[in-house]
Amino acid sequence: MAVQETTALPLERETGRDLAAASEGEGRIPLSALQQAILYLVLGTVSILMFFPFLWMIATALRPAGFEADLSLIPRPYLAFENFGRAWSFRGSVFTQYAINSVVIAVVSTALGVALNGLAGFAFAKYSFPGRNVLFYIVLTTMMVPFQITMIPTYVTIAKLGLINNYWGVILPGTASAFGIFLIRQFMQSIPDELLDAARIDGASEVNIFLRIVVPLSAPALAVLAIFTFLWRWNDYLLPLLVMNRQQMFTLPIGVTNFIGEYRAEWSLVMAVSLISILPTVGLFLFFQRYFVRGIAMTGMKG
Amino acid sequence: MAAQIAALPRPRPRRRLRQRDVIPYVFILPNLLLFAVFVFGPMLFSFGMSFTAWDGLGRPSFTGLNNYEKLLSDDLFLTAVRNTLLYSFGTVLPMLAISLGLALMLNSRLRGRTFFRVMIYLPVVISWVAAALVWRLIFIHPSGLMNAALESVGIPAQLWTSDPILALPAIMWMSLWKGLGFYTVIYLAGLQTIPATVYEAGMIDGASRWQLFWRITLPLLRPTTLFALIVGIIGSFEVFVPVYLMTNGGPGYASMVMVMAIYRSAFQTYQMGYASAMAVILFLAIFGVSLAQFKLFGREVEY
Repeated sequence: MAVQETTALPLERETGRDLAAASEGEGRIPLSALQQAILYLVLGTVSILMFFPFLWMIATALRPAGFEADLSLIPRPYLAFENFGRAWSFRGSVFTQYAINSVVIAVVSTALGVALNGLAGFAFAKYSFPGRNVLFYIVLTTMMVPFQITMIPTYVTIAKLGLINNYWGVILPGTASAFGIFLIRQFMQSIPDELLDAARIDGASEVNIFLRIVVPLSAPALAVLAIFTFLWRWNDYLLPLLVMNRQQMFTLPIGVTNFIGEYRAEWSLVMAVSLISILPTVGLFLFFQRYFVRGIAMTGMKG
Repeated sequence: MAAQIAALPRPRPRRRLRQRDVIPYVFILPNLLLFAVFVFGPMLFSFGMSFTAWDGLGRPSFTGLNNYEKLLSDDLFLTAVRNTLLYSFGTVLPMLAISLGLALMLNSRLRGRTFFRVMIYLPVVISWVAAALVWRLIFIHPSGLMNAALESVGIPAQLWTSDPILALPAIMWMSLWKGLGFYTVIYLAGLQTIPATVYEAGMIDGASRWQLFWRITLPLLRPTTLFALIVGIIGSFEVFVPVYLMTNGGPGYASMVMVMAIYRSAFQTYQMGYASAMAVILFLAIFGVSLAQFKLFGREVEY
């Protein structure tokens, strides 16, 4: 039952520390020049291999029409930046609509998810009430029921609620998250009770305590949750694939695959829109790199 | 008479219900409702539907264990189970081994560690859709990059995603690339929990680097390895997008996996009841893995 609870704990000790900081343990053993050279060689090779598909995406996106068979890393005879515009303006700018849909779904899901999971995590961390443990176990149980298993009845439920081709049909099913509750609970447990009691004596309401004291103190954990939620929702495929079947409601990932499936688009255009679609998450990652590492260390969440 | 009255239980002084007693339930309620509607409800519904024949429109008719009996002789399902297990072994084990190696390297005193970590982690943050599409392009027959690379070293071009034998390995290769960064960071977090003093003691005793790894690092990383193994196995059971977009389960059923089989039965041939039976089997598999981990290692990993 409590798989995630028992297994995530060894990592959770790291909550406060940043992995980017100087390492301990084996890392203390000094390396000889030869060992260093080997390490650089191996890590350099791995990095190139890992980054190569990204380079290939860029190279393909910039290949001029009629030169698809060209396999050079720098497209010849020129860099076709117009591909981005050609792809984006396809069929009266459907991609603008897809992008709007993706943004709305990801942003609303993130805001709602952080608010609701933050509140629940707070309740589990800072109140003692009858049934707390049972309820927490129920929350953890949901981790064993991935969406892939419940997709059929979930689809039926969404249809019954009249939410097919509706933003809420994609937003609501993934909003309550055991990972989110777990992450926030772990973090908020470290907030001293005295702080909350002092505010109560001063007459603060519980909602005010949450908003004025707990939220500011938990900003790092809430930021981690927000970043991960945005990432999941932005990249999500199966749920919008089931819920959104009107082209007007497609998200970017669905739109991109529809682009090849239905219109047999050129690969250069497909890669151009794929590149645009990954920019927000790649940017988020590069900008908030430390939060990603910390988030994984805290719960073992999957990006 | 008076004595009798005195013996009657006196009405307890009614404690005033404080805001604090109610508020935690209020905070948890939205999440519990969402879990009920989108996780537990569908879960029960799935179990129920698995005993029926239902096309998704009319009335489901009760057919007892019919669906489960049919599964045992269904080529689609049996191939999907076999391929899912192959995929699971073929990705999770190499993934853990390679990511441990990378984490050990990244954990040493090295300039530019952040750069290498970013390169290795980058594929994790992009969507499975973008990842699957770029690899589909790389594997394309006959003029894709992979074939060009093979031919340059004298190996004939392969069909890759349209080859009955190579289709699944191509997907596995792509998943390895996509997931490596996640497990590397998990191992990095695990490595940071090992105190430096343990290594110092080992070095004073004259242990070699090799011995330090096998005698100290690996045993102390046991909780991390267990965690990564469970997350990895469960994740591999849920694989869908790369299969859907790179091979569509083909050629034939050569790369059919369980979620793909569920999706196809439910949403392409409209056998909702039958697909639910598959989903129940998948749930039991995931439940079994979680439970085995809990039973086998629960004591060891207790905190």
